Amino acid sequence: MNEIDIIEREQLRSDIPEFAPGDTVKVTIEIKETSGTGEKKTVRTRTQSFQGLVIRRRGSGARETFTVRKVSFGVGVERTFPLHSPIIKDIKVVSEGQVRRAKLYYIRDKVGKAARVKKKKQT
Amino acid sequence: MKMARAILGEKIGMTQIFEGDVVIPVTVIKAGPCVVTQVKNVEKDGYEAVQLGYGDVKPERVNKPMTGHFKKADCPSKKFLAEVPLDPSAYKPGQQVKADIFSEGDRADITGISKGKGFAGVVKRWGFRGGPASHGSTFHRAPGSVGQCATPSRVFKGKKLPGRMGGNRVTVRNLEIVRVDKGKDLILVKGAVPGPRGSLLIIRESNKKVKSGER
Repeated sequence: MNEIDIIEREQLRSDIPEFAPGDTVKVTIEIKETSGTGEKKTVRTRTQSFQGLVIRRRGSGARETFTVRKVSFGVGVERTFPLHSPIIKDIKVVSEGQVRRAKLYYIRDKVGKAARVKKKKQT
Repeated sequence: MKMARAILGEKIGMTQIFEGDVVIPVTVIKAGPCVVTQVKNVEKDGYEAVQLGYGDVKPERVNKPMTGHFKKADCPSKKFLAEVPLDPSAYKPGQQVKADIFSEGDRADITGISKGKGFAGVVKRWGFRGGPASHGSTFHRAPGSVGQCATPSRVFKGKKLPGRMGGNRVTVRNLEIVRVDKGKDLILVKGAVPGPRGSLLIIRESNKKVKSGER
């Protein structure tokens, strides 16, 4: 094993659940807010969650990222997160979907009922 | 002014690490252990420098003059040798130099041989803009005019033209050292360094002042 693999392995998080494109996930992230400068500088952390459909996972090891898409007030919003980033507090799999490809880019062109993904059958 | 610290190393490759909540790109460098193979001083050599050796090589792979050179310094045969302008009074032949001379937050200048690009045109080599790709244009990536007519009736020296690109000695200055792994002799540097993986790098303490506002 080379040195780069070792460095990347140290960064991996073990608390990430298994999920795949087509699943709906709720990602809770921690946001640091700084206000003021110098001695008045205060750092406040708050959490924010982003729920939507996973449309892609790419990369491997510590460099892996995933993209979540949701439609907010009629506007499509996509956010890409590094999977092993320390800002991610929690990833919850809301539902699993049955899809036939790894990258669900076609969803971007669909509206309404057509933009849904089939639910995975319980086994 | 003499540099205080320098070491030889080998580029391993690039990756990224999380620092707090940001991702920073790093180059992993195997730095040392190096050995001082020769100390040059003003009386004998006319200038001051320290010659460092990096990377082990079998003794039978080394020719006779070099075998004698290594024997003089009382050190095993080394693959790469490079001279750095260090203060000779602080170094003795045979002395070890390790990655722990650097620590996190230091700034370093890193020298290497850039990747060879072969015979490259002016767009790639000099950043010329080139012409339109379509709309009936026949001028795509050509250099265009290289000068005037009867006066001066020659092309000026130094005109940017196609030719061999890359394979030059390049120094990237003022790179931040993000992490030092003393056990594995690794240095992690923020950003990219010249050369392919496995190539020799000279890591020197930066003498460039850090701008205010920069960390």
